[in-house]
Amino acid sequence: MTAMNVLWLVLMLAAAVFSVRRCAAIEGPRWAGPLTAGLFGVWLLVFWQFGVTAFEVPRVLLPAPSAIAESLYEHAGTLGRDFVQTVLKAVVSGWALGSALGFAVGVAIDRLPFLQRGLLPVASLTSTIPLVAVAPIMVMWFGFEWQSKAAVVVLMTFFPMLVATLAGLQAAGRQERELMHSYAASYLRTLIDLRLPCAVPFIVGALKVNATLALIGAIVAEFFGSPTVGLGFRISTEAARMNMSLVWGAIVVASVTGSLAYALLVQLERRWAFWHPSVRSK
Amino acid sequence: MTRFGPVAAVLSFVLVLWYGGAVALNANGVIERVLNDKSGWTASDLVVETLSMERPVLPAPHQVAIDLYSSIVDWPLDSPRNLLYHTAVTAQSTLVGFVLGTLLGVLLAAAIVHSRTLDRALLPWIVASQTVPVLAIAPIVLVILGSLGMSGVAPKAAIAMYLCFFPVTVAMVQGLRSPQRIDTELMYTYAATRLQAFWMLRMPAALPFLFPSLRVAIAAGLVGAMVAELPTGAQAGLGARLLTGSYYGNTIGIWSALVLSALLGLLLTAAVAGVQKLVMRGRLA
Repeated sequence: MTAMNVLWLVLMLAAAVFSVRRCAAIEGPRWAGPLTAGLFGVWLLVFWQFGVTAFEVPRVLLPAPSAIAESLYEHAGTLGRDFVQTVLKAVVSGWALGSALGFAVGVAIDRLPFLQRGLLPVASLTSTIPLVAVAPIMVMWFGFEWQSKAAVVVLMTFFPMLVATLAGLQAAGRQERELMHSYAASYLRTLIDLRLPCAVPFIVGALKVNATLALIGAIVAEFFGSPTVGLGFRISTEAARMNMSLVWGAIVVASVTGSLAYALLVQLERRWAFWHPSVRSK
Repeated sequence: MTRFGPVAAVLSFVLVLWYGGAVALNANGVIERVLNDKSGWTASDLVVETLSMERPVLPAPHQVAIDLYSSIVDWPLDSPRNLLYHTAVTAQSTLVGFVLGTLLGVLLAAAIVHSRTLDRALLPWIVASQTVPVLAIAPIVLVILGSLGMSGVAPKAAIAMYLCFFPVTVAMVQGLRSPQRIDTELMYTYAATRLQAFWMLRMPAALPFLFPSLRVAIAAGLVGAMVAELPTGAQAGLGARLLTGSYYGNTIGIWSALVLSALLGLLLTAAVAGVQKLVMRGRLA
């Protein structure tokens, strides 16, 4: 930690604060916001890189971004296999199955107010329970392979979708329902033409919540036992071996996956629920 | 109390399903290991045996209840064999992390609301972090804090803290911005300072946004604390119990820990709801 390094750090800090402040002060154009956030991110990376190299932070503590990028490139094959194992096999199948089941059960019990009143409080309460803790049981039942992780994800994604579907089906206004009634529309007609479309914003919202939950579920479930492949397995074993740059690489893969999935679902929301006030206001 | 009947019906249906599942899932093992030695076993033998296995595939509810009861009553409170001890360990790190995370979240939100720079530069990253599995960083935090010589509650609380603070920050920014223009202008005509406007207008207006996010936060913090207990050599805490249970194939132990973690989650959320009622009493809706 030389005086020169400290001086550089102070200078860079001044430059960073100045540039970000200037950028944030720009009024008007739509690109100003993302630009400021991006600039902030870039400065963060610069400080991370500079700080780690200048002050010789040990690699086991915090690897420099360049080291992480290097390990991303170097272990691209390994991380690619982890991605296929965790995301494409466990997360996607579990997320799709859990969400579909939640939706189906929600629609099925729509005509049974007794079951609704019984299930809704129970289903809402599950959001306060650490459901991911069933992971060891699922690993025992379904083995180390991706099926056990998908099972955890199914369980975690089922209840939010059930709650959202039930809430969404109630969202159609009284006037519209009475209009359908005056058209002598059958239950099924009303469901398909009025109530399901009204439920779409709720359902897409649950899909978004579920995307994050599913990734967390699959990664944590792999901490409890997995074949020698998978993002969660990579994170836990390489952290134990103090190979931190690869751990960060796996986290980068998981984070990028999460953000991309979210962005994709937002696009879907724009297409399917373009009429909803919460989408139009954006 | 119109909900009581339906909820009780659903719960008893789950219980029946659980018993049925226990019989069905354990049947193969029982037939192989126990009943094949005896000739001419009946269905009632099968049911009795499947519901009293030592290491069942799926333990019956009463087995879990008995295990829970004996672990709580038969051992002193500070014994590592008592599940309440592990629950207390997990609850402690969750609560410490929750309090710190909430404070951090509220402070950060206050800073973001008052600084255009932070609003533009930092807030997008915090919002984006909601879409990312932040929990995956837990092993790294453990390694870093461990090599700095921190052990025990601190690393677990740190993980619970950073899981708590994201939702609180996002909700608080929204809440602190919720006062209507007309209200802020009224404060302005009173010549209220920014601090006064903050305490008298923004903070009360933000409370309805804060409490739902606190419920999300404490649930996330509990998951964080439990996951943080996994790689630390599994010494204490509900997460550690889950891991040791899965190592030794002690299914009943896993289920007991699972039931207690669910109860802990419900209890913590109920506590937040109680505080909400206390703070928000006397308010309309």
